[in-house]
Amino acid sequence: MVAEQKLTKKDFTSDQEVRWCPGCGDYAILTAVQKTMPELGIPPHNVVFFSGIGCSGRFPYYMNTYGFHGIHGRAPAFATGLKMMRPELSVWIVTGDGDSMSIGGNHFIHVLRRNVDVKILMFNNRIYGLTKGQYSPTSEQGKKTRSTPYGSLDNPFNPVSVALGAGATFVARAIDVEVTHLTEMVKAAAAHKGAAFVEIYQTCVVFNDGAFENMTDRKSKHDTVLFLEHGKPMVFGKSRDKGIRLRGLTPEVVTIGENGVTEADLLVHDAYSNDPVYSFLLSQILPPVFPTPVGILRSVQLPTYDALNRDQLEKTTAKVGRGDIDTLLRSGELWTVS
Amino acid sequence: MVETNVTTGAPERPVHDVESVVIRFAGDSGDGMQVTGTQFTTTSFMVGNDLSTLPDFPAEIRAPQGTLAGVSGFQLQFSSQPVHTPGDRPDVLVCMNPAALKVNMKDLPPGAIIIANSDEFSDGNLRKAGFAGNPLEDGALEGFQLFRVDVTRLTRQALFETELSNREKDRCKNFYALGLLYWLYNRPLDATVAWIGEKFGKKPEIAEANVTALHAGYHYGETTEAFAATYRVAPATIASGTYRNVTGNTATALGLVTASQLSGLSIFYGSYPITPASDILHDLSRYKNYGVVTFQAEDEIAGICSAIGASYGGSLGVTATSGPGLALKSEAMGMAVSMELPLIVIDVMRAGPSTGLPTKPEQADLLMVLFGRHGECPMPVLAPGTPSECFDIAILAARLAVRYMTPMVILSDAFLANSSEPWRVPAAADLPPIEVEFRTDPEGFGAYRRDPETLARPWVKPGTPELMHRVGGLEKDAVTGNVSYDPANHEIMVHTRAEKIARIADALPPLVVDGEREGDLLILGWGSTTGAISKAVATLREEGLRVSGTHLISLAPFQKDLGALLAGFRRVLIPELNTGHLRFLLRATYGLEATGLNKIQGRPLRVDEIADAARALLVEN
Ligand SMILES: Cc1ncc(C[n+]2csc(CCOP(=O)(O)OP(=O)(O)O)c2C)c(N)n1
Ligand code: SF4
Repeated sequence: MVAEQKLTKKDFTSDQEVRWCPGCGDYAILTAVQKTMPELGIPPHNVVFFSGIGCSGRFPYYMNTYGFHGIHGRAPAFATGLKMMRPELSVWIVTGDGDSMSIGGNHFIHVLRRNVDVKILMFNNRIYGLTKGQYSPTSEQGKKTRSTPYGSLDNPFNPVSVALGAGATFVARAIDVEVTHLTEMVKAAAAHKGAAFVEIYQTCVVFNDGAFENMTDRKSKHDTVLFLEHGKPMVFGKSRDKGIRLRGLTPEVVTIGENGVTEADLLVHDAYSNDPVYSFLLSQILPPVFPTPVGILRSVQLPTYDALNRDQLEKTTAKVGRGDIDTLLRSGELWTVS
Repeated sequence: MVETNVTTGAPERPVHDVESVVIRFAGDSGDGMQVTGTQFTTTSFMVGNDLSTLPDFPAEIRAPQGTLAGVSGFQLQFSSQPVHTPGDRPDVLVCMNPAALKVNMKDLPPGAIIIANSDEFSDGNLRKAGFAGNPLEDGALEGFQLFRVDVTRLTRQALFETELSNREKDRCKNFYALGLLYWLYNRPLDATVAWIGEKFGKKPEIAEANVTALHAGYHYGETTEAFAATYRVAPATIASGTYRNVTGNTATALGLVTASQLSGLSIFYGSYPITPASDILHDLSRYKNYGVVTFQAEDEIAGICSAIGASYGGSLGVTATSGPGLALKSEAMGMAVSMELPLIVIDVMRAGPSTGLPTKPEQADLLMVLFGRHGECPMPVLAPGTPSECFDIAILAARLAVRYMTPMVILSDAFLANSSEPWRVPAAADLPPIEVEFRTDPEGFGAYRRDPETLARPWVKPGTPELMHRVGGLEKDAVTGNVSYDPANHEIMVHTRAEKIARIADALPPLVVDGEREGDLLILGWGSTTGAISKAVATLREEGLRVSGTHLISLAPFQKDLGALLAGFRRVLIPELNTGHLRFLLRATYGLEATGLNKIQGRPLRVDEIADAARALLVEN
């Protein structure tokens, strides 16, 4: 055995040529993940990346870990089977907004409600990339795409609200180009025991360029993005003079220093709040009225499905004893012919 | 009912020795007919008869009382000779209400015994069952031996001293009827008395009432003068050993657990409930202390995908469903073929399309499991022929899945799933172990570098150092497993996947043939028609006809000696519960022009139907 060496990004980079379009947000996410992995202290052979279908589905090929490129929308189901049988592995799921909100919506909510200990990175580009530009379940209403030349009719999903509705124990949001923050979110998800969901706004330069421009543009981003920090008041704006205040159960944007508003009036973020009302309210703080909150919206501890499963197996075995196959075959009413 | 001998047993009543009897218990869903039938079965085991049973449930859980839709039945055949099926036509029909009579009377042969609970033949119930008059009185049952028994009234009377409500008393009437049948067939009561004690241990007053009803029914037989004789079915000559009763679903579950022990692999069973497959899930979910993990998934797709994920991790993934669920799984089955991982997919077929007849058997998914996937997607398909063979086939499927690194299909059906027969319990030590090898050596590793003999690729558990690799549904390079769009490589992979499945024939046992390997007629079947075919072949051979029979346990690939066997017969008859899937397949494979006997009524084939078709064919030329 080689003495323990410090792992680097290189240890997590496979020999496969990366094939996303130049300028695709997926590159930044890949780099962030490859940089974060060495810090988790898990050797590459104990890491498994699952993916569904879509541009994001190629992600596992580029990681020098175990990788499983599954079928459209079903990555959570494959991952659940593996994690239940091999709880010691670090299991990740990379998915797109179409993959997890549309065809895979069912598996998405169930993996979260069960709280299987898997880390889900959802690349939300608000479009179908791989199939060349149809609208997705996160596209804004009225969006003109190849399949909706007169504008889409659907109301979009807010993935964070969907995840919270399903009972997710860890929910975060990040933006592809905010690399430092993204890295923190990936790390926090990895550290969470249970299903961790990170929605990552990802730019598709080919089919939905500019979808997140006002959140990434230096001029506007201070007004459009709210960085959530646990225990800190919700402040934003270039001169950090804007904030979110709660009036009953209704949030509002206020300006510090105007109408007697001080920082003390602002909503203080509690990432560890177990209160679903608070988390859901937070998830509904959205543009155009509000900035988009990024960061950890919710992080609570609940038993994981895989641990409960192990526990039940072990307890049952301890109680009734390890099964003997001949005893099992001979259970029920028997009769002997001699 | 074949009568062989008449002796005088009981002082004042003759006892007739008969070879085999078919009884059908029928009543409303709430009448406890399944319990009654199962008890009669157990007791008949205990006295040493060979037998076979078939419950017949309505699709509705609680259809309105007294209606035709709510009739639940349980048929068994018990005999002093080998039994192959639950019997074609009941010699005895026990019917607890008019609806039960209405549904079942068309199956009765002339002279059959009908024991009817006359108390329930009220105007209202008769109307619900669609009778214009009362068949117990208007001569509609002429030609049968009708026994009217006031089961409800007599049960209440027997329990008059108890504190029970009339409703509770009425729940004991199935045991009254059972007691009467025990008397009629000279069976002991003790096994049922013991069972009642166990079942109702927490409610001693209910247990006692049921036992009282059972005895009362028995004594009624003794004292009434209605029955002129009783019957005796001698023990069968059965190979020595320890026996138990198994349904196909139970045998499947036991086979899977046994395969787990033989291979050292944990079983992961991911599945979504559907009739008639759910009992496999119910059974397996109790076997936690055998290392069996069961997962009730959110749908059939998640069921199979989770099983694939488990197999990817080095367990044996299993999923089971019925036709509608199998349709949902087909994309993932393609993924498993492409991933070349061991996996067992069980389809307990029922009559379709769509929801069809959800509790009734049919064999119409054969072509779907062979061809119903996208792309060139070969999968081996095994089919047990009897409930107990489900055990052997589950083990064989596991063995082949691991050896050839392939998903396998097992085709069972609603008939095998629910019908039961005595099964000689094997000793685990007598079963050959299942060899499993996990790749750990990085030297010369390729995720798709194959074993030259079996063409199996290596099985690598995630967590193995230095063997990290990426695989998925995209076409893979024939050696490394990396994504490859190379046209020539794709063609090689398609042919290799097919060749690997074809080579499984090397590992299959030869066909078991009833009779000679040549003759005038071969009756060829697969799956649940096996029992009826065996019996029909035995009957025809006794008539001196040059008939043989066999059933295929593998539909893909075929067992190697099939071609030669087919060539040895002038004609081939293929009975199937579909429009002729196997016949179609054999024409495509061997150019065989066989004759089909196709029944698509949601009911098993009867022995006489097969024998008649065979005789007609033999007369033709
Ligand atoms: C069963 C199935 N249906 C449809 C497709 C085609 N398809 C592939 S990717 C995709 C949409 C992916 O969108 P998204 O998840 O947003 O991923 P992106 O490509 O944008 O990263 C679709 C519809 C497929 N591969 N499989
Ligand atoms: S189509 Fe869009 S999402 Fe897909 S690789 Fe290109 S830029 Fe990225």
